Amino acid sequence: MFLAAEASSSTSRTLTITLFLVFVAITLGITIWASRQTKTATDFYAGGRQFSGFQNGMAIGGDYMSAASFLGIAGLIALYGYDGFLYSIGFLVAWLVALLLVAEFLRNSGRYTMADVLAFRMRQRPVRTAASVSTVVVSIFYLIAQMVGAGALVSLLLGISADEKFLGMDAGTAKVFTIILVGALMIVYVVVGGMKGTTYVQIVKAFMLMTGALVMTLMVLAHYKFNLSTLLGDAAAQSGKGAAFLEPGLRYGVETAGDATKTFYSKMDLLSLGLALVLGTAGLPHILTRFYTVPTARIARKSVLWAIGIIGVFYLFTLALGFGAAALVGGKAITAQDKAGNTAAPQLAQKLGIDYLGGDTGGAVLLAIIAAVAFATILAVVAGLTLASSSSIAHDFYASVIKRGNASERKEVGVARISALVIGAIAIALSIFAQSLNVAFLVALAFAVAASANLPAILYSLFWKRFNTAGALWSIYGGLLSAVILVFFSPVVSGSATAMFPNQDWHWFPLSNPGIISIPLGFFFGWLGTVLSKETDVEKYAELEVRSLTGHGAH
Amino acid sequence: MPATPEKYLEVQNSDEFSRLRHTLRRFIFPTTIAFILWYSLYVLLSAYARDFMAIKLVGNINVALLLGLLQFVSTFVIAWYYSKFAAEKIDPAADDIYNSIDGDRRAPSSTTEEGSVL
Repeated sequence: MFLAAEASSSTSRTLTITLFLVFVAITLGITIWASRQTKTATDFYAGGRQFSGFQNGMAIGGDYMSAASFLGIAGLIALYGYDGFLYSIGFLVAWLVALLLVAEFLRNSGRYTMADVLAFRMRQRPVRTAASVSTVVVSIFYLIAQMVGAGALVSLLLGISADEKFLGMDAGTAKVFTIILVGALMIVYVVVGGMKGTTYVQIVKAFMLMTGALVMTLMVLAHYKFNLSTLLGDAAAQSGKGAAFLEPGLRYGVETAGDATKTFYSKMDLLSLGLALVLGTAGLPHILTRFYTVPTARIARKSVLWAIGIIGVFYLFTLALGFGAAALVGGKAITAQDKAGNTAAPQLAQKLGIDYLGGDTGGAVLLAIIAAVAFATILAVVAGLTLASSSSIAHDFYASVIKRGNASERKEVGVARISALVIGAIAIALSIFAQSLNVAFLVALAFAVAASANLPAILYSLFWKRFNTAGALWSIYGGLLSAVILVFFSPVVSGSATAMFPNQDWHWFPLSNPGIISIPLGFFFGWLGTVLSKETDVEKYAELEVRSLTGHGAH
Repeated sequence: MPATPEKYLEVQNSDEFSRLRHTLRRFIFPTTIAFILWYSLYVLLSAYARDFMAIKLVGNINVALLLGLLQFVSTFVIAWYYSKFAAEKIDPAADDIYNSIDGDRRAPSSTTEEGSVL
């Protein structure tokens, strides 16, 4: 209903595209500047390790706050109320794992990739291969989810209806075009700008996102005279769900009357999701590589503190945006635009603009700004993912496995650039193939794999003296396969109306989220593999432990 | 520059390093367990104690929302307290050990002002 007004819709569309192009122009400018500053491998992989705690904290925020957490969580809150909030809490608490157990030690021990730490005291080739496989799998899952999301968003954000042509494209073509455009831009950022360019793109995006969310939050709160209770009451009333809107259970852990088994699994699914969200973050390769961009472990600590502040405040904003959208736009109008609620935040922007910034034009302007922010958000995240996976292919697989540590730095960076191109091309192709499938579960799967495969290996590496090559391989492959196999046989892939393949049914695993099984399995396999092998490298562990705690010998 | 393997073993087995490791682990491991239990409690209450979570406290603000906001507060507090703890208890000890590793390799006189031969 809001996007229907012809004139304002076309103004808004032009403005969205203009603003987005301005963002692209600025970031490409930064990328070219960054490429001139990128001379060594450390520049390419770690941005020269010269970023400040605040800069890296912003970049972490820019890397982490994906479209799923901006549009997705605001939409979840707008449609399901309290349960959307539950999701964002997992995303935030997760940062304590990174702060207390991972960031500083990883920064001290490693150089460019997660595998630097995992392989420190192990046999290099098998462990780096495993880490590289897991890095690429996690990144590709996440990439496809983001890029398919971008394709779906473009017609919604630009308001292209099914029977309409836009710049000579129908909605389907516009979708494919967007996926290719996003993919091409992320490749350029990474290949040309390396970590430096990517970091600045993320900083700019984080700034835009925080500003946009802050302005909208203030407008929503001002509308309710800063009375949270009135906002909540109005949201519950307008959502069409009443008091239940402010209570748990509309989206996660749904109770089905008379079906105890279904209710049980639904609640287990909620616990499983919560576990994967909290334990996954500290195992995401694109997050881990961010800790290498600062000079010391203490600055890495500071950057995580900034990140916790920025991300926490952002999720508080999404709370206001989600409830604001429910209250001011209404559940009906949101689902009419998009059943998943992804347009709740942009619709709220339009409504606020109409009410407070001078009618239709104001609405069009604010809508355009938020839509452009959403595209910027997607670009910064996919660039981070592409960089992390291409770094791992070049530094772990090419330099250590194929060249056995004898590759020149120049050659290695060259391979990283080519890998970014290849990963980007694969992600574009898979996303186009998957665009009509429901792949929203891939974000949760990426977190589950990171928590099941990477986190056990990282924690054992850093803190368990006895840990060895076999343990590392067992935990990475064991955790990875458990998570992927369980999801493959779960209702998100087949056997339900919202599945990736809704018309087929080969599912036997009852949960959508594998975490509650696959995370303990990852830790168990890591332990089992370790005790079944006699290998231990006491000297290398001494070096790793002293280095991780004191920074002695750190890069 | 990394030191020799023997040196790292010696440092790892030193009392100072054991104390540092002990101080650090005694903070990070229990804190991690505590916040994961606290978060799990919150998720479990959301799943199984819905009547409790629905109790209204002030206006439309119920227990569920308050507990959710408290998760934010506890996250911020733990992060702040850890940074304070690390700056006071961990960093100085880590610096001492760091310097002692290099100090032994260099001429002893160059490490401190007082010990200077000049």
